[in-house]
Amino acid sequence: MFEVLWLIPAMPLAGFFVLAVAGSRLPRAGVAFIGVGSVAISSAVALWIGGNFIWWPPQEQAVTQTLWTWMDVASFSPRLGLRLDALSTVMVLVVTFVGFLIHLYSSQYMIDDAGYARFFAYMNLFMASMLILVLADNLLFLYLGWEGVGLCSYLLIGFWYEDPTNARAAVKAFIVTRTGDTAFAIGLFLLFNTFGTLQIQDVMTRASQQWAAGSATATFAAALLLGGALGKSAQLPLQTWLPDAMAGPTPVSALIHAATMVTAGVYLIARTHVLFELAPAVQGAVAIIGAATLLVAGFSALVQSDLKRALAYSTISQIGYMFLALGVGAWSAALFHFANHAFFKALLFLTAGVVIQSAHHEQNMLKLGGLRKQLPLAFWVFLIGASALSSFPLVTNGFYSKDQIIWYAWSSPLGNSWLWAAGLLGAIVTAVYSFRMVFLTFFGTAKTHTAHRPSQIMSIPLVVLAVLSVVSGFVQVPHWLGNTRCFSAFIETALPSIGEGPVVAELVSTVIVALGTVLGICLAYVFFGGKWPYADAIAESARGAALHRFLFAGWGFDWMYGMLIVRPFFWITRVNRDDIVDLVFDAVAGMVEVMHHVLSWTQTGRLRGYAMGIALGAVLTIAILVFV
Amino acid sequence: MAPVPVEHGLLLAGILFALGTVGVLVRRNILFILMSLEIMLNAAGLAFVVSGAAWAQADGQVMFIFILTIAAAEVSVGLALVLQFYHRFKTLDADAADRMRG
Repeated sequence: MFEVLWLIPAMPLAGFFVLAVAGSRLPRAGVAFIGVGSVAISSAVALWIGGNFIWWPPQEQAVTQTLWTWMDVASFSPRLGLRLDALSTVMVLVVTFVGFLIHLYSSQYMIDDAGYARFFAYMNLFMASMLILVLADNLLFLYLGWEGVGLCSYLLIGFWYEDPTNARAAVKAFIVTRTGDTAFAIGLFLLFNTFGTLQIQDVMTRASQQWAAGSATATFAAALLLGGALGKSAQLPLQTWLPDAMAGPTPVSALIHAATMVTAGVYLIARTHVLFELAPAVQGAVAIIGAATLLVAGFSALVQSDLKRALAYSTISQIGYMFLALGVGAWSAALFHFANHAFFKALLFLTAGVVIQSAHHEQNMLKLGGLRKQLPLAFWVFLIGASALSSFPLVTNGFYSKDQIIWYAWSSPLGNSWLWAAGLLGAIVTAVYSFRMVFLTFFGTAKTHTAHRPSQIMSIPLVVLAVLSVVSGFVQVPHWLGNTRCFSAFIETALPSIGEGPVVAELVSTVIVALGTVLGICLAYVFFGGKWPYADAIAESARGAALHRFLFAGWGFDWMYGMLIVRPFFWITRVNRDDIVDLVFDAVAGMVEVMHHVLSWTQTGRLRGYAMGIALGAVLTIAILVFV
Repeated sequence: MAPVPVEHGLLLAGILFALGTVGVLVRRNILFILMSLEIMLNAAGLAFVVSGAAWAQADGQVMFIFILTIAAAEVSVGLALVLQFYHRFKTLDADAADRMRG
């Protein structure tokens, strides 16, 4: 049954090859059939295998399938294999299912685009890489997937490459994530150098045997892996690429920059959790970075005017929650929020795509408005998505996962009240910006007329995701509300569990978070929903305007990197225009030329001269032999 | 008749070889250069014969036959080159062919 595991990444890969070779000669229907069909098969296989794994778990709680040995050189023989355990099951199910829905949606969304086949080729390659990333049982294989998704992200952000802005955004995303990837690669070298293997299970076992908790090497290794995770998951201080990455087509933003790829960092940390547990300092840093990121990005999302940029900042913020959970050791809560976030954020992005397409590619929320009547379906599903994002109590999935994270931020042995407060403040801010989007886009006076309503193929994914955004929360319900623990019980077969705190305190925390959310929604209504001019008043005051500029520019991180890195770099390139290192090679070339002139002077062309040379040489040689 | 001392023979060979070398170096006429080369070859041959006689070995004479063979081959090629040389430059001055200078 588990023998067909390899089909999951292989199907999209096959789809990619077919589309890359024959895509331009196929009709659009054929391209859509291959592009969507390959992911559909992969998704079906994943459902079947995942379902089997969940209902009839194997003995050791994991299935390993060795594909082949890549090379066999001395002691270095990386075995490329797939490993399915609870962690990768969750990832695979979410990635394939959400991926399939987004592919289905794109088959209609991109229908008028000249690069239809190219788009699906890239998307299929992305799916294959992402599935390799989550299924690999070897860090080297995982790194292959890791770089593959980075490449596809670059290609798809710059999909409309005729516009230099998009190309710049793609390059920025690639370079910033590459910064983290380099740290990750160095971490892999360190692990291989220490343990002589990159098999994840072996590395984890040997690490826990050889490294003492808090030892310098363990801290260093964990910090390097964290660097990779920060770049990929757009966390502080490498978060600046994600808002610009919205230059890509909207389904790309939904699939890569919201639901799947950007959570690869979360997966990496969960997958190598042993290392992070051996390095408490780094794990603490994960929590603090998560808390800081969720606030920084949340406040930036408050003032964005571009619908997709606001969603991008909210993605950064929600991944910040996942990092917070990882940092306090609430592994299952992080994964639970990942799954829920994938559903509601994909839903929000896909709905944003519908809105943008209907409104003649207008992304500025301030120029939209009153779309509630014109796009009723989009309105309702966006409302569900925004409620889930702002963790509206009891009826949305976001509530169950985010509430859990905030609770563990306080109750976990690694948590403290500051992290709890950051999570709570983040929840309020999230509610404000989520409903700001709803009010600005769907309420108020209509400023644009809509072109067309979404077709059925585009509506199906929206409805499915909207349903999931409600029901997927019910698999993990807190103690005071029925105590369903399906999700954490499943995840804890692969990851350590976290101790339970007092039930009453958990209830109090939940109520405070719920009140905070409702307060945030009310604030959003007061500022953006009603007719009151508070928001404009703040924006027009001097301090308000300055704050607005500061937050709008994402806390000035781009400016800071511009000053610290980009401008000095350009200065160096200007100074070093003629390349200092080149002087060495120029000197070598010059010396050769001088020697050439000297030696060509001896080349007289006269036979007797050469004979003289030979004779003198012979005399000299004999003299040396005889007298020395 | 007393045998010629080996030193005398070798000295003669050395003088002949030096004369030949000087001839190769100072002569400009290509025919005389070839003739000087012959003297050098025969000087070497003489040295072989003298040494072979001194140590009562036949090897010296065998080597001389080799040298004669080489000299014959060399002269046949050399004279062909001289003919071509004269045909092209209308002179036998070796310094006339100095076009391959750097």
